[in-house]
Amino acid sequence: MRVLVCVKRVPAPGARIVLNEDRRSIDTALLGFAVSPHEECAVEEGVRIVEQHGGSVTVLTLGPPEAEEQIRAAFAVGVHAGARIEAGPEDPDPVATARAIASAVQGLEGAAGPFDLILFGNESADSGGYQVGIRVAHALGRPIVSGIKAIEIDDGAMTVQRPTPQGAEVYELPLPAAVAVREGINLPRYPTLKTRLSAKKTPIELVTTDAAEGGQRMIELVPPPEDTSSVQILGDGPEAAAAVVDVVEQLVSL
Amino acid sequence: MSEMPTAANVVVIGAGIVGNSVVAHLAELGWREIVQIDKGALPNPGGSTGHASNFIFPVDHNKEMAYLTLDSQRQYEEMGVSTTCGGIEIARTEARLEELKRRMTSAKAWGIDARLLSAAEVKDLVPFINEDLVLGAFYSPTVSVVDSLRAGTLMRERAIELDALTVVPNTEVVDIDVTDGRVTSVRTDKGDIACEHVVIACGVWSPRIAAMAGATIPLTPAVHQMIDVGPLEPLQATNNEIGYPIVRDMDTFCYERQTAGSMEVGSYAHRPIFHHPDTIPSIQESRLSPTELPLTVDDFDPQLEQAIDLMPFLGDAEIKYGINGLLSLTPDAMPLVGETVEVRNLWSCAAIWIKEGPGTGRTIAEWMTHGYPELDPHASDVSRFYSYQRTERHILERCAEHFNKTYGIVHPREQWASERLSRISPFHVRTSELDAVYFEAGGWERPHWYESNAPLLETYADKIQERPHEWDARWWSPIQIAEHHALRETVGMVDVTAFAMFDFTGPNVVDYIQRMAVNQCDRPIGSSIYTPLLNEAGGFRSDLTILRLGNRHYRVVTGGFDGGRDSYWFRKWLPDDGSVVMEDKTSAICTVGVWGPNARKLVAKLTRDDVSNEGFPYGALRRVTLGSIPCTMLRISYVGELGWEISTDMEHGLKLWDLLYEAGADLGVTPVGAGVYGTSGRLEKGYRLMGAELESEYNPVEAGLARPKVKSADFIGRKAYLAARDQDPAAMCCTLTMESHVSSSGIARFPMGGNEPILTVEGERILDARGRVSRVTSAGAGPSVGKFLLLGYLPPEHAVVGTDLQIMYQNELFPVKVAVSGSTPLFDPDDARMKG
Repeated sequence: MRVLVCVKRVPAPGARIVLNEDRRSIDTALLGFAVSPHEECAVEEGVRIVEQHGGSVTVLTLGPPEAEEQIRAAFAVGVHAGARIEAGPEDPDPVATARAIASAVQGLEGAAGPFDLILFGNESADSGGYQVGIRVAHALGRPIVSGIKAIEIDDGAMTVQRPTPQGAEVYELPLPAAVAVREGINLPRYPTLKTRLSAKKTPIELVTTDAAEGGQRMIELVPPPEDTSSVQILGDGPEAAAAVVDVVEQLVSL
Repeated sequence: MSEMPTAANVVVIGAGIVGNSVVAHLAELGWREIVQIDKGALPNPGGSTGHASNFIFPVDHNKEMAYLTLDSQRQYEEMGVSTTCGGIEIARTEARLEELKRRMTSAKAWGIDARLLSAAEVKDLVPFINEDLVLGAFYSPTVSVVDSLRAGTLMRERAIELDALTVVPNTEVVDIDVTDGRVTSVRTDKGDIACEHVVIACGVWSPRIAAMAGATIPLTPAVHQMIDVGPLEPLQATNNEIGYPIVRDMDTFCYERQTAGSMEVGSYAHRPIFHHPDTIPSIQESRLSPTELPLTVDDFDPQLEQAIDLMPFLGDAEIKYGINGLLSLTPDAMPLVGETVEVRNLWSCAAIWIKEGPGTGRTIAEWMTHGYPELDPHASDVSRFYSYQRTERHILERCAEHFNKTYGIVHPREQWASERLSRISPFHVRTSELDAVYFEAGGWERPHWYESNAPLLETYADKIQERPHEWDARWWSPIQIAEHHALRETVGMVDVTAFAMFDFTGPNVVDYIQRMAVNQCDRPIGSSIYTPLLNEAGGFRSDLTILRLGNRHYRVVTGGFDGGRDSYWFRKWLPDDGSVVMEDKTSAICTVGVWGPNARKLVAKLTRDDVSNEGFPYGALRRVTLGSIPCTMLRISYVGELGWEISTDMEHGLKLWDLLYEAGADLGVTPVGAGVYGTSGRLEKGYRLMGAELESEYNPVEAGLARPKVKSADFIGRKAYLAARDQDPAAMCCTLTMESHVSSSGIARFPMGGNEPILTVEGERILDARGRVSRVTSAGAGPSVGKFLLLGYLPPEHAVVGTDLQIMYQNELFPVKVAVSGSTPLFDPDDARMKG
């Protein structure tokens, strides 16, 4: 199996996001960067599939040189190869992103053979457009199902499951195919000291594309209203017992 | 949670380990109406305490830090939040093995159990270690791990039980009001609190909070990286939070500390990474907490490799958590404790780590209560920094330099490389032409010896003792000894511009100066008075020279190292009514010392004024014109020779130097560095040095500096001083001679006055009746007496001339003998050379 996982470098903020003065970007000076939890699971799923069926996992990202940090993080949990599509610090729109990725996939496949499976996170952690995976699959002419929380591969065929409030939808897909997974499909592993060190030595392929922009433009960011939580003191010592019982009863009835 | 009071006696800002320690100790010392506020929630408001590694290695070369740490360890134990696990410092290099011997020496000095281990013994204690990398180790069995958050809660509870404390968390300080230089209230987002005192215990945010009051707390938030790796089966098997000794991998600047089933690996090896107190993210903006910033993993990678080398089982462990943890660093790596120099009753208690937190809380509470703490605080005193040392640039440069020395091997005489040339005397032009090697003195570039004097090595070849061990000879030159002989034989010129000078004028100046100083200062114009300054308990606050310049005009001359602290002390006691005016003249006046048998001949060439012994007696102060330069000449000497401290305005300095140097050409004038002035010349005369022999834990009787009579005027510490005079001293400052330098390896060794313990011939530590340990406070050559000299305090039974004792240096014992008990000079005991 040849598996490709697409990931995006995003800031890892706390509860309150600080915008830059232009209100079109967020202040990342003191933030760490990560990939979304969905993508972390996609990486883990790719690694597990290959551990089970053999083959290799490649990670692809689009972003500035700093995004190689996320590729190396993937190396440190078992990914074999990585490629970065050169891009500026600003996010391209989803159409341009999808075009660039599709073009890069074709390039990677031309050099080393087709990918049997392309994994995406269900949506990115920052812009949350839910678009890129579907657009890439469409451009490559491959089937895609999103919102997936289970994948089984058997004899060249793939069964995937998408949970619904009623139960689960089950899809069978021919390979090659694409899948967008959701957090919870697995429990991603941590890197070890050794894998972290070896991850530093794996080469990363640089891909350049000239994908045309789509029509979506980001005008302005608006911070969401903050959740304010309040603390109610129920009392002090044993006298508070009755109030505690009330609260527990309320919670149970909910 | 409590309502915000509108008034308080003292507001303590911060509820980390420091703020919590402060409220507990203030309450126990009788303070009431204490209000403690923190922007964060309890019990972990988000400061450095919340992510601290919480382990305590008690051995430190610095006495103050060692005692603060030992006291803190005791307090944690009393609270039941301490686990003794032991700690091991690993040597991977020969140089570190030597440093570990120095650790042994400091452990002995402070009475802390310790021993050296072989690689095999390390393996026995830490079976998962790769002993092939270990040359040896220092084992400190009393190393402990504490629960600093629980300790904080317990200490707040103690203060609450005494009905002394109101705690108001989730409250942000927005401003601090100051009226007439005194703090009056704290403004918060929950209301304002009128108060008498404010303690800033805000860790990395302290500079920001101090700035609200117009005060400075010179620290920077800095990153200390740590990761948590696991699970590890051998650690899980201990079923314990900490079952193995903590390992400090000293040569890689890293540590490995068990936390239950995982290992925490922390590093002081990465590049210095600083933040600004104003740009640390808020609690809301933080993913973990404001002081747990995202790990910049590339910085940590080299340490991963070293950690795997030392403990191979770490290689397959998972990295579960990693942070760039923020902690506080100061320009000299010591805490910032005491009243701020800018605002009265505004106290700093910052740049304090877990290991010294409760001890420092006790110290500042005592200080606020009695006016002085039990332990001498001079190395932590926030007033020690001059204004340029409080600038952001200086703080960052110095912190960048010492961060990687956290586990480094730092020589006691080691000089800073960064931020030099900050204070330059007018003589610098000439002294640098003479290839002076400069040491820093209160920021001043002060010649320590002159390479141009190298030819003197031949002149005095038979009178110079070489130092064959590289460590003993580091930051030292045999030229210092040659300069010593030259000064004693002919005449030397010493740049002593590093003195701090304060002028006091006004109608009440006599009363004021009398109140500050122990000795009689109401003496004729032209007198100089060498005098101790005491704290209220009668311990040394300072020693300095006071000059009577006019009826209502005094000048205080004090050491460059103490200028900041002394400036604060004098200003603190100025009368509120403006009847005494203080002016800092340090930057206006330069001083050159001209000392030696030919000093009088030299000076006489330049003036028609009477410089004879009768016309210009010892201790006198005269305005004299040398050439065309108006000077102030003070006949005094810290090296015990005939001569003067000659002062003039800064702009005349260069010309004054040239005049003296030319006039001395046929008299054998030699530029002489502070190596003679501060060490060999001083020690031969038994002169005491502030910060070495003189500290607040000792009084003038013990230091041998009590005069036969006590003046009738009142002065600070008088009552305690009188009491001390009525008692037999518990210890006496003595001069000792080293009787053999030969170590077990056959190499002559030369201690350097770094708290080497003084022991009985049986090898026992010596404690006086007040529990103070005998240790070497100063050490250096005595070239003119042919002995290597040591100063230190001894209890009366040992302070007897001829008594045989030992000192420990680099974990070896050397025989010493008491040569003088008290302040009588070993060299020229009658002061005939100086006063003749």
